[in-house]
Amino acid sequence: MTKKKTAKWVHKDLLGLEYLSKEDIELLLDTAGSFREILDRKIKKVPALRGKTVVNLFYEPSTRTRVSFEVAAKRLSADVINIAVESSSVKKGETLNDTGRNIEALKADIIVVRHNCSGAAAMLGRNVDISVINAGDGWHEHPTQGLLDMFTLRKKLGKLEGLNVSIVGDIAHSRVARSNIWGLTKFGAKVTVCAPKLLIPPEIDKMGVRVTNNIDEALAEADAINVLRMQFERDDMKAFPTQLEYFKNFGITEDRLKKAKKDIIVMHPGPINRGVEISSQVADGANSVILEQVTNGIAVRMAVLFWVSQARDKDKKDEITH
Amino acid sequence: MKLLIKNGRVIDPANKIDDNLDILIEGGKISKTGKSVDAKAETVIDASGKIVMPGIIDMHVHLREPGREDKETVFSGTMAAAKGGVTSVLCMPNTLPSLDSAEIINTMKAIIKNTANVDVFICGAITIKRQGKELVNIGGLKKDGIIAISDDGASVDSDELMLKALKEAKKEKILVICHSEDKALSGKGLVNRGFTSTRLGLRGISKESEYKRVGRDIKLAEESGAAAHIAHVSCAESVEIIRKAKKKGIKVTAETAPHYFSLSEGDLLDYNTNMKINPPLRAKDDILAIKQGLKDGTIDIIASDHAPHTENEKEIEFEHAEFGTIGLETELAVSITELIGSGILTWQELIRKMSLNPAMVLGIDKGTLGVNKDADIAIVSPDKEWIVDKAGLVSKSKNSAFIGRKLKGAVECTIYRGKVVYKA
Ligand SMILES: [Zn+2]
Repeated sequence: MTKKKTAKWVHKDLLGLEYLSKEDIELLLDTAGSFREILDRKIKKVPALRGKTVVNLFYEPSTRTRVSFEVAAKRLSADVINIAVESSSVKKGETLNDTGRNIEALKADIIVVRHNCSGAAAMLGRNVDISVINAGDGWHEHPTQGLLDMFTLRKKLGKLEGLNVSIVGDIAHSRVARSNIWGLTKFGAKVTVCAPKLLIPPEIDKMGVRVTNNIDEALAEADAINVLRMQFERDDMKAFPTQLEYFKNFGITEDRLKKAKKDIIVMHPGPINRGVEISSQVADGANSVILEQVTNGIAVRMAVLFWVSQARDKDKKDEITH
Repeated sequence: MKLLIKNGRVIDPANKIDDNLDILIEGGKISKTGKSVDAKAETVIDASGKIVMPGIIDMHVHLREPGREDKETVFSGTMAAAKGGVTSVLCMPNTLPSLDSAEIINTMKAIIKNTANVDVFICGAITIKRQGKELVNIGGLKKDGIIAISDDGASVDSDELMLKALKEAKKEKILVICHSEDKALSGKGLVNRGFTSTRLGLRGISKESEYKRVGRDIKLAEESGAAAHIAHVSCAESVEIIRKAKKKGIKVTAETAPHYFSLSEGDLLDYNTNMKINPPLRAKDDILAIKQGLKDGTIDIIASDHAPHTENEKEIEFEHAEFGTIGLETELAVSITELIGSGILTWQELIRKMSLNPAMVLGIDKGTLGVNKDADIAIVSPDKEWIVDKAGLVSKSKNSAFIGRKLKGAVECTIYRGKVVYKA
C-alpha cells in the first residue's frame, strides 16, 4: 500500500490525533492517497476488508459522517451495520460499554462511534478488544475529520509544513478544531484559532496555536481557513452575541476574502450554515474545497478502517504464536 | 487481655517520642511504654524494623450509610479504614437522609454501635437536607453526639446564613467544616479549568470557585470567632489565603487529601473516571503549593475524602460519572511515598498531620500513645513497596484513583482499642 516506508501501525483504535505520531498520520495520509485514486476508477471497490463487519454506532445524528464511513467500509468490501441510538433513551437504556460488548459478541470487527460525551470513544476502546474508531466525541476530537482536512490541504498545496492555517468559529466546543490542531502542529503547520473571547477555551495556546479575536488578522497570512459550523442553540451560547452579530464580525464573506491571499483555501467540515458562518458566495466560490473534502473523507476513512483492522489481525497472529 | 508490641520504632508526636520502645496494652488502653517492657502478654507482636504510630484519624470520610449501602456501609468502610491504619473516622453528613436531625443521628449511632470496626465520629449537617436554607438544631445535635458540622458536598451559599451557623457553632463550641466551593462559578465543571479541560473537551472548574469561597469562609470565621476548618484544599491560591489568615491570627485549620499532592490533572489523559474528583485534580504548580503548605504548617491535616461509588456510577461516560475516589486504604502509603524522603515532612510531622492534629481539631482524646490513652495503633513497614490492586481493595466500592500505582509504606497491623482489627 505504501511505497516509501515500512509501515508500523500498532493502534487497535483511532481515538484522536493527539495520540498519534507524525509517522502514524503520514502513513494514514499516504494510504488515503492510494485509496483516493481508487475512488476515481470505474470499479471503486477493493477486497481489503472482505468478511469483516463494521458497526456504525451513532449516539448523535450525523448523516454525513455516518454515510462517509459507510461508503468507505463498503469500498473496502466490509459489511456495514448502522445503529442509531437516541440520546434521550440513553439514561434508561444499556450503557455504552454494554452496547460495545454486545457488538463485540456479535463478532463485529470495528465499531465506529459518534457520541456526545468527550472521552466516550476512549472508554469504549478500553472495554472492548475489537477496534474502535472515534467518529467524534463531545468537544474532544474528530480525528477522521482532522485527517481529511490535512489530506485535502496536502493534496492542494503539496505539503503541510510551514502552512498558515486559521480555524475560525466555536473553538471551545469544537472537536474538529482540536483534531486539526493536534494533527497540523505535528507537521509544523502554523495554526491560528479565531473566535470571540467566550468561544476560545482556556490555555489553548499551550496546544501550540496562536489566538486572535480578529478575523482579519486570522485571514491576513492564511494559506487556508477552516470555517467551523456555528450552533447558536447550545446552552453555552446564551452569553453570546446573536447570529447576525457573529456573521458581521466573524462571517467569511467575499469582502473579507479580498483582503486575504488570493488563492486561500476555504474549508468547512459541514453541514454549512449559509449566512451564519460563511456566505453562500464563498461556500460555492473558487476558493472553496468543501465538496472535495467530502470525497477525500471517504479515502481517509478507508485508510483508517484498513489500518486499525491490520493492527487487530496482527494482534491475533501474535496471540497464536505465543 | 494483654498485648505487647516489642522493638518497634515508636513515633508519638504528642509526647515528642521517636525511639525504639515496647508498648504494653491492657484493657484497650496503653498501660506502659518503655525500653524492654517486661510483661506476660497473651499476644506479643514483634515490630522490629517497623514504625509504631498512633492510629490515623481521618476526618473526611463518606461512609454512605444510611441510604447508599450499595456504595459503602459503616461496616465495610471501617474495614477499609482498619486496613489503612485508620482507627477513627469522621463520617460526613451527605447520607440519605442527611445527618440533620436527632432521629437520624440516633439511627446512625445505633448502626455504628452494631457494625463499626473502628471509631466513627459523626459530622452533622449545617442546614436541613444540606440545602443551605435553614440551620439544623446545632446545640441539640451536639447533645445527640455530633462533633462537627458541615454541608460537605455543598457550601452554604448565603453569607448571612453561614455567619449565623458559625456564630451558633461558636456558642456551642463545635467545629465547622467548610466545603468551600462557589457553585455559581464551578457550575457543571468536570475537571480543572485550563489546559486539561481544553485538551479533553470537558467543562472546567476554576480555582477561583474554590479559593474565593475559602476566602469568604475565612472572613466569616473571623467575624464570628468560630473554629472553621477548610476541607480538601486543592489549589495554590487557597493555600496562600489560609497562610495569610493564620498569620493574622484567625482561628482556621485546613486539610488536604493525598490525591492533591500526588496526582495532577495531567493524569486524567485517558478519562479515568476514578480521577474525577471534586475539587478536581489541579496543575503541577498546585501540587507544589500543597506540599509547601504541608511543610510550613499552613495545612494542618491530611484526610482522605474517601468517596465510594459503585462501578455503575463510575464505569460510564466521564461527564456522567460521580465525583470522588476512595482513599482510606491508600492514604498513609501515598503520604509516605510523596512526603517522606523528599524532605517535605519528617515522620513526626506526617504522623502529627494524620493523627494528633485531627484529634485536636475535633476535640477528641486520641492521636497519642500516652499511658491510659485508647490503644489505637498502626504498625507500618516504612520501606515496603506495593502496587495498588483493585482486587485487593476491601472497601465496598473500588473507585480508587491509585489503582496500578506503586506505593511505599505498608500497614502491617492495626490495633483499635487494644484489639487487632487488621493484620497484613
Ligand atoms: Zn467536600
